[in-house]
Amino acid sequence: MAEVSLGRALNRALRDALATDPDVVVYGEDVGPLGGVFRVTDGLTAEFGEDRCFDSPLAESGIVGTAVGMAMYGHRPVVEMQFDAFAYPAFQQVVSHVAKMRNRTRGRLALPIVIRVPYGGGIGAVEHHGDSSETYYAHTPGLRVVTPATPADGYSMLREAVACPDPVVFLEPKRRYWATEEVELPVRTAPMDQAVVRRAGADVTLIAYGPTVDTALLAAEAAAEEGREVEVVDLRSLAPFDDATVTASVRRTGRAVVVHEASAFAGYGAEVAARVTERCFHYLEAPVLRVAGLDIPYPPPHLEEYHLPSVDRILAALDRLQWEAAWVPPPAQAPTSAGADAAARAGRAHRLEVGA
Amino acid sequence: MLDAGDECAAATAPRGHLSTVRAALWTVCGGRPHIQGMTTSDAPRGPAADPAALLPSLEPVRLVEPDGTRAAPASGAGFALPEPDVLLALLRAMVIGRRFDRQADSLARQGRLAVYPSSHGQEACQVGGVLALADDDWLFPTYRDCVSLVTRGVDPVEVLTLLRGDWHSGYDPARHRCAPQCTPLATNASHAVGLTYAARRKGEDVAALVLMGDGATSEGDAHEAYNFAAVWNTPVVFLVQNNQWAISVPLRRQSAAPTLAHKAVGYGMRGYHVDGNDAAAVHAVVARALAEARAGAGPALVEARTYRIDPHTNSDDPRRYRDDAEVAHWRRRDPVARLEALLRREGGLDDAAHQEMVDAADRLAISVRERIARLGAPAPEELFDHVYAAPTAPLRGQREEVRAWVRARRAAPTGEEV
Repeated sequence: MAEVSLGRALNRALRDALATDPDVVVYGEDVGPLGGVFRVTDGLTAEFGEDRCFDSPLAESGIVGTAVGMAMYGHRPVVEMQFDAFAYPAFQQVVSHVAKMRNRTRGRLALPIVIRVPYGGGIGAVEHHGDSSETYYAHTPGLRVVTPATPADGYSMLREAVACPDPVVFLEPKRRYWATEEVELPVRTAPMDQAVVRRAGADVTLIAYGPTVDTALLAAEAAAEEGREVEVVDLRSLAPFDDATVTASVRRTGRAVVVHEASAFAGYGAEVAARVTERCFHYLEAPVLRVAGLDIPYPPPHLEEYHLPSVDRILAALDRLQWEAAWVPPPAQAPTSAGADAAARAGRAHRLEVGA
Repeated sequence: MLDAGDECAAATAPRGHLSTVRAALWTVCGGRPHIQGMTTSDAPRGPAADPAALLPSLEPVRLVEPDGTRAAPASGAGFALPEPDVLLALLRAMVIGRRFDRQADSLARQGRLAVYPSSHGQEACQVGGVLALADDDWLFPTYRDCVSLVTRGVDPVEVLTLLRGDWHSGYDPARHRCAPQCTPLATNASHAVGLTYAARRKGEDVAALVLMGDGATSEGDAHEAYNFAAVWNTPVVFLVQNNQWAISVPLRRQSAAPTLAHKAVGYGMRGYHVDGNDAAAVHAVVARALAEARAGAGPALVEARTYRIDPHTNSDDPRRYRDDAEVAHWRRRDPVARLEALLRREGGLDDAAHQEMVDAADRLAISVRERIARLGAPAPEELFDHVYAAPTAPLRGQREEVRAWVRARRAAPTGEEV
């Protein structure tokens, strides 16, 4: 076992993919001799040659558009968008062609493309370097949108994304690039379209992904000291959404909080809250809450701590989950202490029956 | 192994000598980005070192005059009239293409197509360009390029799948080596660059022809594709059908370039300017541009000056933005009549041979009409089949919902909304 960072795990995944499949090519801006601004492609040009890993002209739409053409001819391009907000010029290609080609051609042309996007804030960068763009992609049918939170997942999910017959937007939480864990590579974790429970708990489900999984785990630890058992679900795949894992968790705990860096309004958490409510309504003890970025353009680095979900904000949200509100008895019932306990038990049973 | 200097020398060599350096260039350019080394220099670089060699002619290349006589040699700018069998093939494809276009336009007027963007008047561009392609080459057409697909041999009923509204594309792109028709302007241009790049990596001799309009050259995607093609030295010919109008916006509001073909020089790419109503000239120019691109001289931008005789689509009203006199002027420059006149004048075509072309075109139109009439409605369940390689769990759930609606609708009395 060795200490491996997310950045190195992704680098190793690209190297193993290049070594395994001659149809894989890696390109983008500064990914060649420099190794990418985050060094995720470090050493790949030296090892595989500029035929396999190379710098392209500085034009994101051209990068994705040429990847479409390469995939049409049997290649498996892995392209890098240097930063989240620099990927927007490619949006037309992503939405109108990458996502739709299989559908437009009635399944005759598949596009096994991986679009890697370092995303999210927290690295003290100036504007246009901290966007959380996941919802733009997740809203687009035809794309798979995944985001690893750990080095092991970084390796396993990127290998799976490169081998996937569908286009994958691979969102890399950039502030976690340097986070390490003890892991032996290569490693195969859960399939990339499944959510996983990172920490089990009976009282409430924290639903997080990418950069906020670690924050959610820290919050769960702090909550445990206060006597609350918090379950943490790492979504991993934003599209498609793993309803089964999330629904099972919330039905167990009866409470849910979604945590993400992107602005709350019309954000990914709204979709999660809607799905949880649709499937777990009769199990919920409180409204599904969101701890998310403010509804502002991404702030300058000296103010980003107010925007990003923190342990304190998550704990505050947990406190708002109506823990004091036990089952409200019908008016006719005597408001004795013993009666209230019985009513609470009856209430829980009643709700389970309705939802089952 | 040639170094970068030799490569530049080869790319700027006289055009007639390109085939002699082809094998060497294949080694240098094939499957590799056009890398000049890792140091910088003040000196001009690459094939653009002599920009004059890349410039198009101000006057469009013309081999046949509008009245069907041969153009003076000066108008041909060194291009030769194609061989008689090529000229006959061009005419035949244009006669069939014109008939197909008229039939499709009628179907749209009858409400049997959702919409039809006619290319009446642009047949020389689409036919001349497509017949210059080799079998293994790829075509990247737009929504206005149905005639190019029919010329390429795609079943005309499959060509109309998009416009009938049954699906977004009806033919098998890999089988015909034709990308699906592209509606967002200029976005298919970079696909051609990537595809030919991939083919070169595999050691395959594949070129591509991208069809685009004058309006599309204003798009950022056109710029990016031109630049990628030139930097990567991929064998792509961008054929701009300058039909003067982007729906209602005339060319003068689109570009201040001397000609659209002049844009090529900024990318280090060869530019060609051709009479787009002269099928012989379009074929000759595109064929040369393709041959040079295959030989390693890089991509080319060909501007074909033509005219959209019909409205943008059957739901457009061009009287709001252009004069009938302008349309009448271009009708007198009809590309089909022009080549027919040349061939009749020079003895290459008699009444019987021409009638055979017309009969073939009629048969195709009748077949299209009859087969379109017999088409049923598309199956709603197919909506979920091609979103991903296999439907995801959420899509499987929605498919069940649609199945239930379909069953309920079938069970309900006729006309009742469910």
